[in-house]
This record gives sequence, structure tokens and C-alpha cells, in this order.
Amino acid sequence: MIALLLRDLKLAFRAGGGFGLGLAFFLIVTVLVPFSVGPQSSLLATIAPGVLWLGALLACLLSLDRLLALDWEDGSLDLLATAPLPLESVVTIKALAHWITTGLPLVLAAPVLGVLLNLPGPGYFWLVVSLALGTPALSVIGTFGAALTVGLKRGGLLLSLLVLPLYVPTLIFGAEVARRGATGMETATPLLMLAGITAATIALLPFASAAVLRVNLR
Amino acid sequence: MTLSVTDLAITRGGVPVLEGLSFALEPGRALILRGPNGIGKTTLLRTLAGLQPPLAGRVDGAEDTIAYASHSDGLKPTLTVAENLQFWASVFGAKSIQTALDAFALNDLADRHAGNLSAGQKRRLGLSRLLVTGRPIWMLDEPTVSLDRNAVAMFADAVRGHLGQGGSALIATHIDLGLDGEVLDVGPYKAKPKPIDDFDGGFL
Repeated sequence: MIALLLRDLKLAFRAGGGFGLGLAFFLIVTVLVPFSVGPQSSLLATIAPGVLWLGALLACLLSLDRLLALDWEDGSLDLLATAPLPLESVVTIKALAHWITTGLPLVLAAPVLGVLLNLPGPGYFWLVVSLALGTPALSVIGTFGAALTVGLKRGGLLLSLLVLPLYVPTLIFGAEVARRGATGMETATPLLMLAGITAATIALLPFASAAVLRVNLR
Repeated sequence: MTLSVTDLAITRGGVPVLEGLSFALEPGRALILRGPNGIGKTTLLRTLAGLQPPLAGRVDGAEDTIAYASHSDGLKPTLTVAENLQFWASVFGAKSIQTALDAFALNDLADRHAGNLSAGQKRRLGLSRLLVTGRPIWMLDEPTVSLDRNAVAMFADAVRGHLGQGGSALIATHIDLGLDGEVLDVGPYKAKPKPIDDFDGGFL
């Protein structure tokens, strides 16, 4: 399992691995927002938590279509399925590698980009907390979507259509934590809901992902 | 570990391709699969490797004993030869990749990226993976594609060594490897097309 994680990280950091792609996309989306809504700092402060969350979510989506498709194309998914590793742990490790290369950099970059959107002072802490809690769910749900569409030619668009609705609960509660934190309100309720969603997806979805992968490999 | 197959029927894309197939593969033996294109050799190997369920029949002794090598080698172009092999060695719990590198003369290429290898070199790397799996039954699908004569001899030696250690091999191939194994022609087991049921005859 460690070997698979290390291999996926190595592949992501080497040429053509796509590391930093999501991060650059996040940066560009955040920079474009003031151009489109205007430079009023009070308006930007209001929408900053939601925009940052939406940007992080779309950046996460960007790299999902290569999550399993590359392994499927070169045949290593077949070989992994016949290896001693259970497919459930293969998809969990793949989701973890995706989170480390995509989700974690977004969490770390979000406060810097918050400055660009005039995020109110107390919001930075809650933004980082909500993203740190929510992005693992995005990776796990995304892996499920990637498992559903593996083997389809041009499955990327279908993948987005399948995954985006599943991202809605995470987005609602994650953005709510950041918004309440930025305005100095109580954050416990949405934070617990967000943590619950993440815990449930991590506990249940790998089994679903492995099951659909088995069907898709036939 | 004996692999025994009883009255197996398999499908490809929902269409039955082979039926009534029975054979046993004893340790130390090789079985060469023959048959025309499209007869279902690859499907048979995928079914035995557990990648798809059989339509009918039993497969015994295949659980966690099979090392499967398909048409594609599962190589990562941005990893080096040694890294590719080391990954599979860690997955299968093998200690060293040196014997595998030696067997397929990959020592000089160990630090090259797999993406820069020729087709035959890639194939050799793909086949060397079998040696680090430590699994007793090898299932090989057209293993000699794009190999030159020397590499075919290297491969035949590796298979012979594997058989000598009590392993077995099921090989779908059309060339003569010089192995003393039985030949199984799957042609006669071709599934008979089902009669088209006349579900809309009354309506027409």
C-alpha cells in the first residue's frame, strides 16, 4: 500500500503528472473574480468564503479524470486488480494520493488567495479548517466518480456531471463554516455536519468505488 | 498448486465465446493455448485471473496464485525501469528485483525511463514483472509480441526455470517456444450460437 502511494506521488510530481495544475487553476479563478464582480472591497469580503470554496472544488475536479484513467489505459489497473492488494485499499490509496497532490496544496494556498478577495480577519482560520475537513471528501467522492467512468472514452465530461451534484453537501456546509467564521458567528453546527459527511464518505465510498471498478474491468 | 477448470463457459461483452472447457494444470507443467483470433483466449485468461466471472463451470486453485500478464505491460513512462519493477516487487512482497533484471538483461537499462524504451524492451520489462510476483501460476497472453529472437530465448528460459521450481504456466501464443508443454486447442469448445428466440414473431 505504501508502495502504491509513493508511486502515485512520484508520478504526480514528475513531468506530465499534473501536480500544481489544480493550484494554478485555483489561483486564476480567484484572481478573475474581482475582475468580474468589480473591486468594491465590501462586496468581495461578503462573497470571499463562497468563491474560495467554489474555486477549490472546481480545482479538485480538474484532475479527477486522470485519477484512474491512466492506470486503466496502460493496463496497470488490471494488474493491480490481480495483485494481493484488495481493490478497496487501492481506491483509498488513490484518493489519498489525489488529496495530497491536489487537496492539501489548495488548503495551504487558500489563506494567501483570501487576501486577494479581502476575506475578513477571523475568516482565515475557519477557511483553512473547513477546507482541510472538506477536501478529503472531495477526493474520495471524485475517486468514486472516476471509478464509474473508467474505460469510457472522453469520460471526463460525464465524470464532472456525475461528481458535481455529489459535491453539493460538502460545498454547502464547507462554505457555511467559512462564511460564519468570517462574520464572527457560531460555526459548530456546519462544522460537525461537514466532518460527518467527510467521515461517512471515507468510510463507505471506497467499497462502492471498488465494486464499480470490478464491474468496469470485466 | 493445481489449477483445475471444470465445464467452464465464458462470455465476452455478454456473448458466450467458449463453453464446456475442462482441463487441469499440474505444477511443473506448461499448457499452450491455441485457437484462431477471437475464439476467446484472452477472455479465458481474464476469467481465470479473476477479472471477470465465468458464465458457468468451476475454477479451482486460482485464488491468489495467478500472475497475469496481459497485452499491455502496465508500465509508467515517467518511472525508470528499476522503479517500475520495484513497485511491483513491493506490491507482491518480493525482496529483490536483481534476479528479474538479470533474467531479461535489463541491468543496462535500469536507470532509463520506461517511456524511452523500445517496444521489445518494454515487453521484456513487462515480463520481468512475473519473476517478482512469486506466484506459482503464470498466465501469459501473447507474451512474445515484439520480442526479438534472443529475447524469446530469454523468456523461454525464464518459463523453464519457473516450471523447474514447481510453477506452472498457461500461455496463449502462436509461436513455438520450445517448451515441452501440452497444447490445448480451444477451437472445438467454441460456444454454439443460441437460436434466436422468436419473441416478436406473433406481432409480425
